[in-house]
Amino acid sequence: MARLLIVIFGMATVTYLPRFLPMYVLTKLEIPKIVITWLCYVPVAVLAALIVPGILTVDRQIFISPANSYLIASVLAFFVAWRSKNMMLTVTVGMAIVLCLQCLP
Amino acid sequence: MTPTQHVFTGARKALPIVLGYLPLGFAYGALASLAGIGLPYIFMMSLIVFAGSAQFISVSMLAAGAGAVSIIATVFLVNLRHLLMSASLSPYLQSFPRTSLPLLAFWLTDESYAMACGEFREHERNHFFMLGLFGTAYAGWVMGGMLGGIFGGLFNSAQAALTMEYALYAMFIFLLVIQVTERKLVFAAGVSGILSLFFYLVIPGSWYIMLATICTATMGVMVEKWQDS
Repeated sequence: MARLLIVIFGMATVTYLPRFLPMYVLTKLEIPKIVITWLCYVPVAVLAALIVPGILTVDRQIFISPANSYLIASVLAFFVAWRSKNMMLTVTVGMAIVLCLQCLP
Repeated sequence: MTPTQHVFTGARKALPIVLGYLPLGFAYGALASLAGIGLPYIFMMSLIVFAGSAQFISVSMLAAGAGAVSIIATVFLVNLRHLLMSASLSPYLQSFPRTSLPLLAFWLTDESYAMACGEFREHERNHFFMLGLFGTAYAGWVMGGMLGGIFGGLFNSAQAALTMEYALYAMFIFLLVIQVTERKLVFAAGVSGILSLFFYLVIPGSWYIMLATICTATMGVMVEKWQDS
């Protein structure tokens, strides 16, 4: 089990450093304006990069079909989010649609 | 508001994250116990690593008998994407007490990052709020893993897991919708979505998130420079 402990501590270290170092260093510096502009794009770019492959693929293959419950739910969740600006409503509707689609034969 | 109230407000905002983390954490715990990893280690990994995809990957690599170095190197690559998220939060964190940063950094995940961006965009948020938000998400993940390690063998509903995991995507979609407040950001989201899909299909691993983000942000800056000149 010593090997398992080494793996876990190693994982903890390499996971922590990329989370900690940029934040710790950049909060101390005067960040140049061009870097701020660059960083402004990061949140929407990260979100889009998390969403699109997650809802359009299954097992690393494109899966655009009415049988893709995540895709159908996402189209509707998008409209709910846009019209309501309410997160819990968006999450609830999204989950309800995924659940219903799975219960269909 | 008192510090406690800030912590609780943050904790309440973590609810959608917890909704997604409980089943994911449960799945991790169940898989790890199937792979023959003891309960204390399952718990410890969630407690000190706290990274969903990395934990899943390490469990499958451990089950396949992979070496320690290759597992740690893979986890490092998978989690490198946090570099960008950590950097992008730093302008908001400059006013925070520096002693809060080591803990906030430890709790940084895709989901807590996305939520934090939405919050910072709309409100003034202090470190108490952030600690409540991030800490609650962490508690949900650790608890899910623990329950999965103990009861993983008893429950086996793929339907329930798939439905609960969708909570995270619905949350991402909501957060994206409220953050694309300008036309340039709508374009950026579109570009990043297309690029990430392309990278996801052609490059193994989880480089697609970082690559799409770096390309999109760089293109955004270049377009802005070009428009200014």
